[in-house]
Amino acid sequence: MTSMPERASGSRRLTIAEALRAAIAEELRADERVFLIGEDIGVEGGFGGAFGVYSGLAEEFGHDRIIDTPISEKAIAGAAIGAAVLGMRPIADMQYSDFLFECMDEIVNQAAKLRYMSGGTVSVPLVMRAPVGASRRGAQHGQSPESYFIHVPGVKVVAPSDAYHAKGILKSAIRDDNPVIVFEHKLLYGSKGREVAVGLDLTTEVPEGDYTVPIGRAVIKRPGRDVSIVATHVSLYRSLAAAEQLAAEGIDCEVIDPLTLSPLDNETIFASVNRTGRLVIVHEDTLTGGWGAEVAARVADECLLSLEGPIKRVASFDVPAPAAPVLEDAVLPSVERIATAVRALVNS
Amino acid sequence: MLATLKRLMAAASDSPDSCADDIEPINATSDPKLAARLYRTMLLIRRFEERVYRLFLEGEIPGTLHQYQGQEAVAAGVCDVLGERDWITSTHRPHGHALAKGVSPRAAMAELYGKATGCCRGKGGSMHLGDPAVGMLPAIAIVAGGNSVVSGIGLAMKLSGDDRVAVCFFGEGATNEGAFHEGLNFAAVQRLPIVFACENNLYGASTAFSAVSLVKDVADRARAYGVPSRIVDGMDVLAVRAATAEAVAACRGRKGPTLLEFKTYRFTGHSRSDARGYRSSEEEQAWQSRDPLTLLAPALSGPERDGIDADVNAEIDDAVEFARNSRFPEPAEAFSDVYA
Repeated sequence: MTSMPERASGSRRLTIAEALRAAIAEELRADERVFLIGEDIGVEGGFGGAFGVYSGLAEEFGHDRIIDTPISEKAIAGAAIGAAVLGMRPIADMQYSDFLFECMDEIVNQAAKLRYMSGGTVSVPLVMRAPVGASRRGAQHGQSPESYFIHVPGVKVVAPSDAYHAKGILKSAIRDDNPVIVFEHKLLYGSKGREVAVGLDLTTEVPEGDYTVPIGRAVIKRPGRDVSIVATHVSLYRSLAAAEQLAAEGIDCEVIDPLTLSPLDNETIFASVNRTGRLVIVHEDTLTGGWGAEVAARVADECLLSLEGPIKRVASFDVPAPAAPVLEDAVLPSVERIATAVRALVNS
Repeated sequence: MLATLKRLMAAASDSPDSCADDIEPINATSDPKLAARLYRTMLLIRRFEERVYRLFLEGEIPGTLHQYQGQEAVAAGVCDVLGERDWITSTHRPHGHALAKGVSPRAAMAELYGKATGCCRGKGGSMHLGDPAVGMLPAIAIVAGGNSVVSGIGLAMKLSGDDRVAVCFFGEGATNEGAFHEGLNFAAVQRLPIVFACENNLYGASTAFSAVSLVKDVADRARAYGVPSRIVDGMDVLAVRAATAEAVAACRGRKGPTLLEFKTYRFTGHSRSDARGYRSSEEEQAWQSRDPLTLLAPALSGPERDGIDADVNAEIDDAVEFARNSRFPEPAEAFSDVYA
């Protein structure tokens, strides 16, 4: 059973990796149904998961709850699904979100549909953690595949970008009775992410102890009057940096972190667009069919008469992620591309 | 006919201990209650499938059907060993598994009719029969889909520390899917309480296993993962039951998974549109001569069999009436149960 929320006794500045680890450790302590399963997550002398998020957990919770697996994503996903059906609350680690494609059948045909095709008699309360993002690793370790999964009814998709929200929404995901895929950006885990976040401090105050951040609610990171920018992960920080530049030019941007991509917080986004009359969506996933297209379609449906210009999307160009830094930089949505899009929109 | 079948089976197996040599009419069991119970389950499945086929042709049952006639001994023999708290996973051909595991003919029939009283409230249909209340995951109709998911069911059982067992039904065709290999290896290294129950009916849809695997016996594939395996005459319900009892006991004793390969045959086509041009009538007749119901029949007296037959027919009549008289789901019910 989950414990009653306790008042946070204090807080400290944490990186996202530390905040995620705190969330997992607290949920493991509070609820014996929770366990962690994946590759290289609890091996003695190993590295605590591909990005160190699980360091120390095997020592505290043992190998019955931190379960190392063969390199078998279908088995990992299947194990999480089956255990969830029997009432456990598994957290399945996918190392890289690129590997989700190894278990698309388990996610799309099984996890997402078992509740529905059983007529509501079973539920699948599982979490998958899937790191995304271009990081000089090339085409098969640098994708941002969130958009594939927002297309699937029955799955929830969250994408936290800072430590406070990462801890709180991961806890919500673990307690949710549905499959939730948690996409985090590899470059934002630690303090090294500061560089890609264009100098912004990535650590945030994180309360000690229990708190949750609800799934399905967006966060306004920077209020503004002229343009609404919706962005996640590294693109969120680049949008905030662009907003700073544009402020000097007299353009006041509102920057929204949707936090959850499915179900999307329509209300917050619509209200913002109705105020500003302009929308720019920024994501690291490639442009065509990306989640930005869905946001654009919804805003066009609901806010057309408020719009003073076209809805703009700034995304990775439609090519696989290249490895060479100069090529990767040419593909990703940069601060410059974001600022240019906003300027063009405001001045049109 | 028996000689024909022996020849066919010998050609289809590499194993010296394959059932080719064991194929004889099965002996009457010394437990008449067991024989009656197994006969009843198999006949219930047979009559259910026969009735469903007719109702489908008459246009009462929508969709498609993958029928189980011929393979009844496997579902009946395996599930007879299991308790209510044990689980099974099933396939696109789940009618027999569902009935054997305890889904009522009423709930199964109503589901085929698309009624709100079906075991999945009309949202599953023929290929997704199941009910967690009787320990059956809604059947997974993606070939080998159950082979990865069952590892989680087994894992939850192992972590809970009790002695429950999960059985994964799948066909020989599933053993060419990645999920079969990943699920089996994971179950092996975790020593999960899972019986992998392969129903080798020789054809994946229209494709003969011999055309898609140089290994003739699925049991050989288990050895590659350190999992004990056995080839079992899948037409002999007592042999099925005995082999399953042994594998289940190993699971309950924390010895890990076993793979059982049941050599069997579906008497119908793959699905309702299948005219079976890919197999010979000689082969079909040879297998039909070993109909699992015919083989078990000598274990019961004539009046006993007649009694069971009448009883089963009444139960199917009742199920059809129940399904016909049940309401369809409201269209608005299409929008519930997407999320918990």
